[in-house]
Amino acid sequence: MLTPIIDRLNQLLRRVPAWTLYIVFAIYVGWQFWLALNQSGRYLVEPINALEREYGETALKLIVAGLMITPLRRFTGVNLLKFRRAIGVAAFFMVLAHFLVFAVLDVQSISRVWTEVVKRPYVTVGAAGFLMMIPLAVTSNNLSLRKLGGATWRKLHKLAYPIAVLGSVHYLWLVKGFQIEPLIYLAVIFGLLALRVKFAARRVPA
Amino acid sequence: MAHRWKSDLTAANVTPQSMFLSRRQIMAGALGLGALGAVGAARAQDALQPNTWEEITSYNNYSEFGAGKDDPAKNAGALDLTDWVIEVDGLVDNPGTYTIADLTAGLTEEERIYRFRCVEAWAMVIPWNGFELADILNAVGVQAGATHVAFETAVQPDNMIGVRRGALDFPYREGLRLDEAMHPLTMMATGIYGEPMPKQNGAPIRLVVPWKYGFKSIKSIVRITLTDEQPYATWNAINAREYGFYSNVNPQVDHPRWSQGTERLIGGGLFASRQDTLMFNGYDEVAGLYEGMDLVANY
Repeated sequence: MLTPIIDRLNQLLRRVPAWTLYIVFAIYVGWQFWLALNQSGRYLVEPINALEREYGETALKLIVAGLMITPLRRFTGVNLLKFRRAIGVAAFFMVLAHFLVFAVLDVQSISRVWTEVVKRPYVTVGAAGFLMMIPLAVTSNNLSLRKLGGATWRKLHKLAYPIAVLGSVHYLWLVKGFQIEPLIYLAVIFGLLALRVKFAARRVPA
Repeated sequence: MAHRWKSDLTAANVTPQSMFLSRRQIMAGALGLGALGAVGAARAQDALQPNTWEEITSYNNYSEFGAGKDDPAKNAGALDLTDWVIEVDGLVDNPGTYTIADLTAGLTEEERIYRFRCVEAWAMVIPWNGFELADILNAVGVQAGATHVAFETAVQPDNMIGVRRGALDFPYREGLRLDEAMHPLTMMATGIYGEPMPKQNGAPIRLVVPWKYGFKSIKSIVRITLTDEQPYATWNAINAREYGFYSNVNPQVDHPRWSQGTERLIGGGLFASRQDTLMFNGYDEVAGLYEGMDLVANY
């Protein structure tokens, strides 16, 4: 009974080019930086950590959004597949922005960045996730897809799963005491990964 | 006895109210012009300037009112201050339930401009108003066997969103060794910038121990107990590896998850540089309290 609505939605989505996402997130990154520079709203008193946290959380949201596309299509028929690459690339640039705020504005020196990565497990975990995103970002173009071949490319891009886990563990680990938000991210990500395990298992005997 | 401690920060360091609102605008303007170097140099010189009222009252850790830095400013309005009393018990000559007026009757109120260092590696400079804790303890009469002082924060579940969420094991509790409590630097603050203590900063009365990480300076106190053992301390009980009982500011001993060697002084904007953290937060006069103690083991 919902099918006509979903068909209509899919038709509308087909008309929205995927590159609009790049514009939206580029504006978002610039806008948040501008707000932090002017210390307005949440950036009122201490803009550096606030901006670091804002970019980091948005990156995690984008990673979750990327993982939701397949289940969303499977369970509701809503097809956002053509946006997935842009979402992944935007997530990479968001993590890059998060890292740059950390390195340049927060710890403020390369030696301190290195010390943090080596000495603080939650930074190590975050850095590992970031490094794993680089090959995915680099191969997010049609040429790479052709060169690698579909099977290899898909296998490589399964790195998105451990990246998502590392991202949510990084968040959970850095907060002080018991906080609910990072636990929600972790639970949602594990839920989305569990769905894949379930369907992969079902596919094997068939 | 009041006036036992003299500050290297003087009244001249208290920015007049009219100025402290404009200081940030001036800095924002300077940043806009790209005068980054000049601003950095200016900050180094006036590094001991107190933070603005706005900064002090809108960037707080007060778990009873939420986990975000801006949550206490948003939610602490619900704190009910009516008929506030403090239970004083344990090894004291005059136990009982005191109003703040009773507890501080005849004592000298002072303004103290202290550096404030949070365990999260940010710092402020705050002009407190209040009383030496030693004066209050002497007034209630500390008995011979007492070795420690325990403090407790109010619990008002109806008014405290963090308590309803069960964020920590409330009531929030903290403690000091008796000699730390009696040190002239240790104060019970009832105000900031000459104004009554804002709720998000721990109204109506809070502890201030400037050489220890901020979480030791317990807010909105309803109970003071003199005891002969090391008291329960909330963060220490949650994670002893990360939050020691002493929690003296010490750049040599890192928090397991971040460095304590440097800190960010709040108020420098998006390009604020880090400054070195000082041993005992710069209050070397307390070093004698810890003579012969291994401060790496007793962090």
